Amino acid sequence: MSTPDDRSAEGRGHLNRSRPNEGTMMEGYNFAYLDEATKRMIRRAILKAVAIPGHQIPFGAREMPLPYGWGTGGIQVTASILGPADTLKVIDQGSDDTTNAISIRRFFRRVAGVATTERTAEASVIQTRHRIPERTLREDQIMVYQVPQPEPLFKLEPRRAETKRLHALADYGLMHVRLYEDIARLGHIAKAYDYPVMVNGRYLMSPSPIPAFDNPKMHRMAALQLFGAGREKRIYAIPPYTEVRSLDFEDHPFRPIRAPHACAFCGSTDTYLDEVITDDAGGRMFVCSDTDFCTERQDAAASREAAE
Amino acid sequence: MTMLTAGFADPVLDAQACFRAVLEAMSRPGRIQRAGSALTPPAPLNQAAAAVLLALADADTPLWLDAGAEAEAWLRFHCGAPVAAAAGAAAFALATAAPPALAALDQGTEEEPQRGATLVLQVEALEEGEGWHLTGPGIEREHRLRVTGAPAGFVAAWAANRAGLPCGVDVILCAGDRLAALPRSVMIAEG
Repeated sequence: MSTPDDRSAEGRGHLNRSRPNEGTMMEGYNFAYLDEATKRMIRRAILKAVAIPGHQIPFGAREMPLPYGWGTGGIQVTASILGPADTLKVIDQGSDDTTNAISIRRFFRRVAGVATTERTAEASVIQTRHRIPERTLREDQIMVYQVPQPEPLFKLEPRRAETKRLHALADYGLMHVRLYEDIARLGHIAKAYDYPVMVNGRYLMSPSPIPAFDNPKMHRMAALQLFGAGREKRIYAIPPYTEVRSLDFEDHPFRPIRAPHACAFCGSTDTYLDEVITDDAGGRMFVCSDTDFCTERQDAAASREAAE
Repeated sequence: MTMLTAGFADPVLDAQACFRAVLEAMSRPGRIQRAGSALTPPAPLNQAAAAVLLALADADTPLWLDAGAEAEAWLRFHCGAPVAAAAGAAAFALATAAPPALAALDQGTEEEPQRGATLVLQVEALEEGEGWHLTGPGIEREHRLRVTGAPAGFVAAWAANRAGLPCGVDVILCAGDRLAALPRSVMIAEG
């Protein structure tokens, strides 16, 4: 930490203060890339989002150095909350080692100098595309979801002005009819991801395209959950320990869907699985989507074996 | 003319730290956070209230305050926030003495409840574990918060504020360098 005196010495303001990994940080960018006025605007939106659980708040999303659809909303939320003491984990469909996750981690290492990790337990901020880690999250962690389409009613009512009114009136009949039509035609609700939820008994919310399997994890989660949609310019949030109920019917209760297999690597039978095609002759295997959780289980199994 | 005291020593990281304190306070109503311990704002501004406004208020957020000319000059200089003549027109209202009625502040609308104002309310002291019983989103079972110097009739006014959900006002209570938040969704029972 520097004293106020050495700040003015070169007239470079905050850039002088020592920060972790300063040597590898990019010159000429503000801490965490966004300018301060933008961060303040996003921070105000986040605070109101926390105060009104599940309500979408418009914000002035900026152009980010990655295309829409790659997490521009999530990255702006992360940039606005991140501090030098944070440890960032980024997952893409549960995996830490895809292009998207690696690029975003490297981006924040370079513009904010923060530590990054692939371990869920070590992270203080977890930015995610379409999964919630299998490991139970703690109070000192924050989830940041990348959201492509924040409006759960979008496919049923494309007019923004109209969906705004429907949210104001808490009129969600359209979505009930949509789910009912699935039951009438197919015998069950055929929504496997982006399964709509009611937050705190008031707002219908898109959980982002996480598998319906993950929906129950949102209910009364100990961690704060923030959602950012860059192209659609919306921020919303679920405070800790808030009721999140997947929409369903008494005679057709919500059921999380999971492939009826065990993970080919760690043998887990209660995690969300990816189906991997292994050849062009119909070969396939099922493996955990959460790579960190799977690796931890494999390591634990290996050390148990070594001990025996 | 008196010299203005400094704002955040590090405008970027101090604002981030203060924001995270407010975010944590807003996410877990009744839990006390610290902010602005290094600030020396002009009286009657306390450190936490000064830090909250430095971190969040700017040219986009009309500010109403009852703190007098010196504090106003300090906040105008450091935040650049336009000062609102009426409390009802402000995004942030700062009350160092008896605050305006919650109902007199911007409540937002049914379609845009996020336009509801944030009241930064200076109180004498905050203590966890006793006093009010808080329940609602962000609270596992119950948090307790003792607020010394809360305005008379605040709990009743809060119930009325909560009745307007999702519209309403969010409150950040500040005492010294300690703060606690009351998002509009929280329920208060006197203990």
